[in-house]
Amino acid sequence: MTTTTTAAAATTDVSKDRSQARQKRMIADHFHKLEHAKETGKKVVYTFVPGNLTELIDALGMLPVLPEINALQSGMRKRSAEYIAEAEKAGHSEDVCTYVKCDIGMMKAGNIGPTGTRLPPPDLLLLSYTGCFTFMKWFELLKQEYNCPVVMLHVPYQADGVITNEMRQYIVDQLERVVIPAMENVAGKKLDMQELEKRLALSAKAEDDLVAVWESARHRPSPIDGYFGGVYYIGPIFSAFRGSEDAVHYYRELREEVTARMATGEGPVTPDGTTNEKFRIVVEGPPNWTHFYDFWRMFSREGATVVASTYTRVGGLYDLGFRHDSSKPLETLADYCLGCYTNMNLPSRIDLIERYIKSYDADGFLINSVKSCNSFSVGQLLVLRELEKRTGVPGGFVESDLVDPRYFGKANIDNRLQSYFQMLDAKKRKGAR
Amino acid sequence: MTPERVDPVADVLARAEALADDLDLRSVRAFKDAHPGALAVGHMPIYSPRPLFEALGCLPVAIFGGGDQLDIIRGDSYFQSYICHIPRSTIELGLSGRIATLDAMVFPSICDVIRNLGGMWKLLFPDRLSIYLDLPQNFDASIGGRFYAGELRRIARELESKGAKPLQAEALRQAIADENRRRECITALDALRHEDPSRVRASEAYTVVRAGAALTARAHADLIDEFVTAAKRRNVRHFDNVRVVLCGSFCEQPPLALIRSLEKAGCDIVDDDFQLGWRMIEGRMDVREGEDPVDTLARAYIEQGCPTASRYIADEVKGADLVARVRQLPADGVIFAAASFCDPALLDQPMLEAALRQQNIPFTSFKYAENTGQFQVIREQAGAFSDAVKLWGASA
Repeated sequence: MTTTTTAAAATTDVSKDRSQARQKRMIADHFHKLEHAKETGKKVVYTFVPGNLTELIDALGMLPVLPEINALQSGMRKRSAEYIAEAEKAGHSEDVCTYVKCDIGMMKAGNIGPTGTRLPPPDLLLLSYTGCFTFMKWFELLKQEYNCPVVMLHVPYQADGVITNEMRQYIVDQLERVVIPAMENVAGKKLDMQELEKRLALSAKAEDDLVAVWESARHRPSPIDGYFGGVYYIGPIFSAFRGSEDAVHYYRELREEVTARMATGEGPVTPDGTTNEKFRIVVEGPPNWTHFYDFWRMFSREGATVVASTYTRVGGLYDLGFRHDSSKPLETLADYCLGCYTNMNLPSRIDLIERYIKSYDADGFLINSVKSCNSFSVGQLLVLRELEKRTGVPGGFVESDLVDPRYFGKANIDNRLQSYFQMLDAKKRKGAR
Repeated sequence: MTPERVDPVADVLARAEALADDLDLRSVRAFKDAHPGALAVGHMPIYSPRPLFEALGCLPVAIFGGGDQLDIIRGDSYFQSYICHIPRSTIELGLSGRIATLDAMVFPSICDVIRNLGGMWKLLFPDRLSIYLDLPQNFDASIGGRFYAGELRRIARELESKGAKPLQAEALRQAIADENRRRECITALDALRHEDPSRVRASEAYTVVRAGAALTARAHADLIDEFVTAAKRRNVRHFDNVRVVLCGSFCEQPPLALIRSLEKAGCDIVDDDFQLGWRMIEGRMDVREGEDPVDTLARAYIEQGCPTASRYIADEVKGADLVARVRQLPADGVIFAAASFCDPALLDQPMLEAALRQQNIPFTSFKYAENTGQFQVIREQAGAFSDAVKLWGASA
């Protein structure tokens, strides 16, 4: 499955806000710690973004590495093509997830991370199986390469759109009896529940501010881009920093900056500066990382601002009200894992996008269907039909991939988007008459 | 035993073919006519707890998509080009009304495609029950087993609310006993094939097993038993073929003609994972003294579930089971045959290949779709593999 970002570590020509500079420092510091993990005795846990247990990892004094983020970073740094080729040469099918192949290729090429330093091998593979079957195969594959234990947390799927007590209890049982003991074993110490609770309380604070940032897009013009810009905003909270003081500061600062832009009527910052909002769009699906800025410009050039996106909810759906609750540490971790976007069934996903289209007063919605990610992609053509039927808002559909540049047909996507925006424009003009 | 002039399996095989080709579910409608009020419960691959459905008075119906007999008219418009074929033909079956007699559909947790297909079913067929079967990936009976038993009880309640009979322990005990007998018959069929693949061709065994898709366990066991008895009387002509294990076809099924092409290319498929659900539970399911039989079903899945791509392998060595099967049968090599874009099979394959390579077991691989119509390339590849194995053995 797809995820997330810490796009700030990749090159960007977006003008730097204070929060962005902070995020960059945080990431640099994290990778510095990873680089020196063996010398400092810090244990390293490889894990995934959706359903991650960052507070637990940190409370046990360990450092997370998120292979999806390494893959997307490789995509942004134009390294993914060679890594994927390396994996395919080693027998991996051209049909399967390119995040997996990019990660395996990167490992075979020396495991050089986004900051140009070698990533340490894992002391533990923490397989949180949330919303994506491929995660399971990914860590089975990594287990072949690393001599370290692997522990799984199986998160049931919200097939009927609800979280039941049985699902929650299943996760809590696994945490108590399987996952935490395995983590303690690697960390060499017992979990201090107070340390965990402290981090969960910090998570909730950051989550409050992140939701305020998302909801700022209801304003006209929206002060943020909730997709291309949004992937920067989710960086800290979806990765190594949820539950940290750093994350609390980052989201407080970000909220202040967004509030200030809202007050002055400024739109979002894009690769080409601040745009004038012409279209308000909701986007479903992950971005393409190999041509991230090209893709962004196809929107910003047309004055299209993404006011909400589902991709930015894969690591936590806070705008539906969930907050980590330090008074119920294991239950809240269970609810967090169960609530991630790709763990929702298709009808619930459609309900959510419909809600975004209506509450953010969107002119259109666009689906970027990526070849790599069946978790997202299967059913998206039905999503398109259902949403058009329910909202009357026109939908667009483009296809690309996460990190395989062979599947980004720039001219084709650009043509489609131009036609789509022209159609929205015509619709607006007709509405104005 | 005296060989007969007329192939003794001809009659039973013809009946099995008719059942296996019954895309319109005529036999299911006949069952429902004969059992007024009974529900028919469709289920996708790989594994579903069929004894539970039978105990609720329902007819379990395995749905393997449309194969190569169905023109996809509407199904393709719901899926991008990079998604496997079985969801397209299953949607086609649904939208064309062919499987409208099914009162419910069960979508087991095989992969993201089948999972999301369950959500699509809810939207496209709101008047029919769409059930997601969340098979546990934790194999501790007191954790994953408890969760799974809860899932089975939930599903039973959902079917009861649609008119199924209330779940009774005795009915489930009987259904488990019937399933055990079916399993024994499949084991007998497999044993015959392992021993002498010329006596039972893989394509024939496939058809006889596939015929059970919409039969009760008891009726299916009778059919297999009849076939095995007849096959023992067969006049056998032996071929100079290699013995292979076929791996990766557990969900979307290859066309029968493809299996026959492999046979014609000189490969005796002595073992496979076609329609794996029938063989997912290894050995008998025994209801223990005082045990709720729902817990027996859950325990069987936890403790006796066979290794496959959609089941998490924790501490065991990936591919060890495949190597052991090759040694035990014995087989000369392995053919990896996976459906195009099948994530579980294709992500698993490099690990299995590594295990075979380490043991010097030859293998080859190709992909198919359920409606593949051209087999020449695959036949040539399989023929070359067969020749190479015969000539050079493990160094092929």
